[in-house]
Amino acid sequence: MASIFQGLGAATVLTPTNSIDSKKFHVSPRRSCSERKARFLVVRSDGSLNMRAHRANKLITNAVATKPDGSVASTSSSKPGHELLLFEALREGLEEEMDRDPSVCVMGEDVGHYGGSYKVTRGLAEKFGDLRVLDTPIAENSFTGMGIGAAMTGLRPVIEGMNMGFLLLAFNQISNNCGMLHYTSGGQFTIPVVIRGPGGVGRQLGAEHSQRLESYFQSIPGIQMVACSTPYNAKGLMKAAIRSENPVILFEHVLLYNLKERIPDEEYICNLEEAEMVRPGEHVTILTYSRMRYHVMQAAKTLVNKGYDPEVIDIRSLKPFDLHTIGNSVKKTHRVLIVEECMRTGGIGASLTAAITENFHDYLDAPILCLSSQDVPTPYAGTLEEWTVVQPAQIVTAVEQLCR
Amino acid sequence: MSSATATQPLPLNTTRPRSHEKPLFDPLKATTSTAIFIGSTLKPRFNSSTKLNHFNPHRRSATVVAVSEVVKQKKPKSASNLLITKEEGLVLYEDMVLGRSFENMCAQMYYRGKMFGFVHLYNGQEAVSTGFIKLLKKEDSVVSTYRDHVHALSKGVSARAVMSELFGKTTGCCRGQGGSMHMFSKEHNVLGGFAFIGEGIPVATGAAFTSKYRREALGEADCDHVTLAFFGDGTCNNGQFFECLNMAALWKLPIVFVVENNLWAIGMSHLRATSDPEIWKKGPAFGMPGVHVDGMDVLRVREVAKEAIRRARRGEGPTLVECETYRFRGHSLADPDELRDPAEKAHYAARDPITALKKYMIENKLANEAELKAIEKKIDEVVEEAVEFADASPHPSRGQLLENVFADPKGFGIGPDGQYRCEDPKFTQGTAHV
Repeated sequence: MASIFQGLGAATVLTPTNSIDSKKFHVSPRRSCSERKARFLVVRSDGSLNMRAHRANKLITNAVATKPDGSVASTSSSKPGHELLLFEALREGLEEEMDRDPSVCVMGEDVGHYGGSYKVTRGLAEKFGDLRVLDTPIAENSFTGMGIGAAMTGLRPVIEGMNMGFLLLAFNQISNNCGMLHYTSGGQFTIPVVIRGPGGVGRQLGAEHSQRLESYFQSIPGIQMVACSTPYNAKGLMKAAIRSENPVILFEHVLLYNLKERIPDEEYICNLEEAEMVRPGEHVTILTYSRMRYHVMQAAKTLVNKGYDPEVIDIRSLKPFDLHTIGNSVKKTHRVLIVEECMRTGGIGASLTAAITENFHDYLDAPILCLSSQDVPTPYAGTLEEWTVVQPAQIVTAVEQLCR
Repeated sequence: MSSATATQPLPLNTTRPRSHEKPLFDPLKATTSTAIFIGSTLKPRFNSSTKLNHFNPHRRSATVVAVSEVVKQKKPKSASNLLITKEEGLVLYEDMVLGRSFENMCAQMYYRGKMFGFVHLYNGQEAVSTGFIKLLKKEDSVVSTYRDHVHALSKGVSARAVMSELFGKTTGCCRGQGGSMHMFSKEHNVLGGFAFIGEGIPVATGAAFTSKYRREALGEADCDHVTLAFFGDGTCNNGQFFECLNMAALWKLPIVFVVENNLWAIGMSHLRATSDPEIWKKGPAFGMPGVHVDGMDVLRVREVAKEAIRRARRGEGPTLVECETYRFRGHSLADPDELRDPAEKAHYAARDPITALKKYMIENKLANEAELKAIEKKIDEVVEEAVEFADASPHPSRGQLLENVFADPKGFGIGPDGQYRCEDPKFTQGTAHV
């Protein structure tokens, strides 16, 4: 059903600049779009499949934060909180937890002296020493297993996959030991590890470095999965994941590391099992996560201009789903569109569709639509890569179809 | 005295007695020699042994050369040279007999339909488990494989708890959720039976990392806990083995890699699978001592284990110990065991480690027949009682099914009613929809 939308969208005109509300902290989600614009980061994304536009805006086909305009920057000093990039927010959360609990440690390739491939652990080795921020040899399965053994014996390791895809080499440890060992040991041992790293479809990184691994990991019993999408929730989820007794996979997206946002100075953590209301609305529920949140918000702007009032929810918790928030939204809008970067077959969207159908079928006025990325190895060529993942124009078309 | 047990890669045919002050092995210095690979009596089917010898003059023929020959020459000459005290001997004997009787009972219970699945028995290899684990403190950790019942028993897990686990009962050491290949005991620091080849080695390396971390990052200067990783010859061709040898040596982790080389990976002869069958040699290649010991002789295993464990405790890093042993039964109770040469089986059956210890103790007047008989009788009762206990224990209830999936039950998520699913009263009855 959803496949009919895959090739559409070229005709839809989208403005290249959108404002995104990526923060919940001291702003009511009900505030208007115009208010948001002044306050929040600007995300540029070009969802058009028009080839001329594509060439002209080659670098902005992806959700990448740019600095807000000068007026925002100039007033920033007077506002509460501090401004940082998403990778710095992750780092800040990690550092705070390492300060708080000496059993928290980091292990992975180049996390120490080099500071991490995306600099999430920059400076931590100097502060905490080489043992707490352990540079490992390139042996994913073994250092992941080592993290599990350390967790069983009292530490709380944060295991970094230099690229999420490399963790396929550690799949046995993640599945058999990380996921199942608490159960097979009859509850005796806990595995409080966080497995995290950069993933998702980047910018022409080729198939192996552009994996959508949520679908691979989601059926492992005993593992929780969250995906961060803003500096605010990146920090809060990082801290929550470290504190959880469950093994947690924290998905970060390579294209979101440079998102900028003002986050509170005070300590906070996010709930691992909770979805985030990004934009309340009445007509249709759009469920999304990670980078696709920005494509959705871009589409939402167009949709609002066209007279639609979509409700956008960043589901954040990929396993388990926050069916409470999702359910309340479905009961309100009676229409659901899922937008994900995950694989179409056996992906998060497929599971979410099943969960909604099972639990809220009676509230639905139309079949659930799910826009996933294509079931292809992510191609290298920019055009092909762009067609692999869902673009804002497709989202607009899908909503129009749903609300017809 | 036990110099024949420690082998080093350097010059062959030079033997130097070991002084008691010196560490048993030094990776940089060759203290001893006699690197003998026992090998299978079953010759490789391809005609390669002569070719290999041609290329490497130090390499021995893959035909059988029993280490027992060497060991027999090393008999202690007087009582003062005894390798163990009477008390130690009795502990070792009891542990080995427990391992053997327990496994024999498992076979009976399996054939009687009391336990199911794959059950891998340890018969024949007892000298390794007993020789190593009986030297450990409670805080030390043991990581095992799918052949893990006896490691758990040696580490102190009760026969009741292990038998009950095999019966799939709630009183089992993992509440019936683990089974034969997944024995765990937090209390005794048995970090698990791991059923896939090699996957336990990284976990063991992690436990050793914790010891180092506690000492160096948490300031617990007296933390000298050691981890033993047990695995077989088949595992030594797996990447995780090499990766962890590297990391353990790199960071000088307090771990001993114990290879139970029983010559067979199910139906794959070690000699057909391994380019250089002398596994202990891989230790020095990674910068750690490699030791080869007769795994059918508990006293020699113990000698080597003592020094390897001491080395780890002293913070001097890991050791690789290859124990040449043999399993008396098939790979598992489902294995018809048709492939192994009867002559090979007979050869090792004649070297039964329990019989050997018994003989040693009696010859050296460490114990008399009656004392050893009393131990056997006691163990028979322990094992019988374990079966009765397991049999009488309850099966898991429906509600148990969903427990322990997540350590933090909130991981079960939020239900359509907005409540955490674990708060649903039906949850513990196992009827809540997950």
